[in-house]
Amino acid sequence: MIELQALTKRYGGKTAVDHLTFSVRPGVVTGFLGPNGAGKSTTMRMILGLDNPTSGDVTIDGKHYAQLSDPFTYIGALLDAKAMHGGRSAYNHLLCLAQANRIPRRRVDEVLETVGLTAVAKQRSKGFSLGMGQRLGIAGALLGDPKILMFDEPVNGLDPEGIHWIRNLMKDLAAQGRTVFVSSHLMSEMALTAEHLVVIGRGRLLADTSMADFIEQNSRSYIRVRTPQPEQMRDALTVAGLTPVTVGDGSIEIQDADPAKIGELAAQNHLVLHELSPQRASLEEAFMRLTAESVEYHAGVPGVSGVPAPSDQPAPEQQPAWGANWQQQKQKKGQS
Amino acid sequence: MAAPSAVLQSEWTKVRSVRSTVWTLGSALLVTVILSGLLCLLTNAQWDNFGESDRAGFDPTSSSFSGLLLGQLALIVFGVLVVSSEYSTGMIRTSLAAVPQRGTFYASKVAVIGALALVVGMATAFLSFFVGQALLGDHSTSITDHGVLRAVVGAGLYMTLTVLFSAGIAMMLRSPMLGLGILMPFFFLISPILAAVPGAKNVARYFPDRAGSKIMQVVSINDDRPYGPWAGLGIMLLWVAAALIGGYVVLKKRDA
Repeated sequence: MIELQALTKRYGGKTAVDHLTFSVRPGVVTGFLGPNGAGKSTTMRMILGLDNPTSGDVTIDGKHYAQLSDPFTYIGALLDAKAMHGGRSAYNHLLCLAQANRIPRRRVDEVLETVGLTAVAKQRSKGFSLGMGQRLGIAGALLGDPKILMFDEPVNGLDPEGIHWIRNLMKDLAAQGRTVFVSSHLMSEMALTAEHLVVIGRGRLLADTSMADFIEQNSRSYIRVRTPQPEQMRDALTVAGLTPVTVGDGSIEIQDADPAKIGELAAQNHLVLHELSPQRASLEEAFMRLTAESVEYHAGVPGVSGVPAPSDQPAPEQQPAWGANWQQQKQKKGQS
Repeated sequence: MAAPSAVLQSEWTKVRSVRSTVWTLGSALLVTVILSGLLCLLTNAQWDNFGESDRAGFDPTSSSFSGLLLGQLALIVFGVLVVSSEYSTGMIRTSLAAVPQRGTFYASKVAVIGALALVVGMATAFLSFFVGQALLGDHSTSITDHGVLRAVVGAGLYMTLTVLFSAGIAMMLRSPMLGLGILMPFFFLISPILAAVPGAKNVARYFPDRAGSKIMQVVSINDDRPYGPWAGLGIMLLWVAAALIGGYVVLKKRDA
């Protein structure tokens, strides 16, 4: 169990991590999500004692990292794929780490086998691809057979095969009862692997919730209907007790409805349908809305907050995407 | 706490598993021995052209270490690289995750570097001495003569301390470019030049290399350094201690 207590890191006047309090529970994959620059890596470095917190505290099983004897047997971490001397062979890189933590030499061969680097064990890591470097970093994390594993953006820059491998590895590790704490800036990635979710933005905690709850709160489903007779369709839907909403492109969206029923309704009223599809708003959208105010660097997209659209182009129509105000709704719920 | 013996073993694996160790220490030995040998050969050949005072002040022992001026640059490169490559490669984060007790980590690293430098330094010193004396012919001295063994052993210690000084400075600067960019000109240019300038001379003789090299001298007729061989080495030791402590403070205080 990793516990953070009001953990804070300031660099000069800039606060990278701001009173972060949460804990990473054992036996599940906890996703640590935030936009670039949100303070994820800084938080992870403080967990490992590499950076000193300005204030607050972080412990692993109740101890500070530096108090752990042979720390790799408690917690293994992949912080950055290139945190190794390129002139050293993969085998020797792992050997020096094993020796420092009194891990038997045979573990080096075992983890090289696990990550599939046995064939290049004697080669210097300088010549490794990003994916191979990532695998070597993960081999280092697995070396001490630790109960807790921490990965910082493990899928960054990997090819689909590598991404698939890492996903399965994390699931396997959690299935073995280990604590897995993995950071990402991609919601879609987390949705596939994490059971629990910690979201931060500008160093602040935005959400600490189970993945199931997050999905439930943030991805309501709806039906999209396209028809050349929108007026009649809307009337028919309203008569049937549903609430149709016309969105920017002329299609109609209906919350909490059964597509079969809507199809039957259209047939009864002799309405032509061009589309009838159940929709689910992506978690990515929900995540972006959650972190929108805390994003460090906004891209200069026309029409997006603060950036005026060029006058020769019509500003894109603001679509009233559902769930836009979920935070406020949540607050209201909390108050009631 | 990490076991010191385990960390020593780990640091030894690190040092021996990169090529730069062999290259730098190997060239330090070869450059010193070959260059010293050549200068001894030249001295022997040109003996008749030397003036009276040159002959009187001739020190066969220190002559056989004359290649060290160049050879020590390779030692500096070793001392700087072995420390700062941890930073330039990003390995430091992995290293400190493996050994979070920074004092233990640093002490082990310094001990391994020092031990290796001592072995190579002593080998270089003795090899350089015997090759030099063989080439000096009639003007050579013997290891059994007064002060000669002290000078040879001292040369080995001087080389060890040079490596440790460089390692300490490198730990403070954390960058190979910065470390080499400051230490190389200092040892090769600034210190020797200042030692020849009348006004700066009195200060320059307390620099680590000037003070430390006193121990390699047996004949000191033309020397005005106001301290003996061991006191000189003591002064160098203070410099080394200051550099290593400075490195420790930086490592302890700053984020990796």
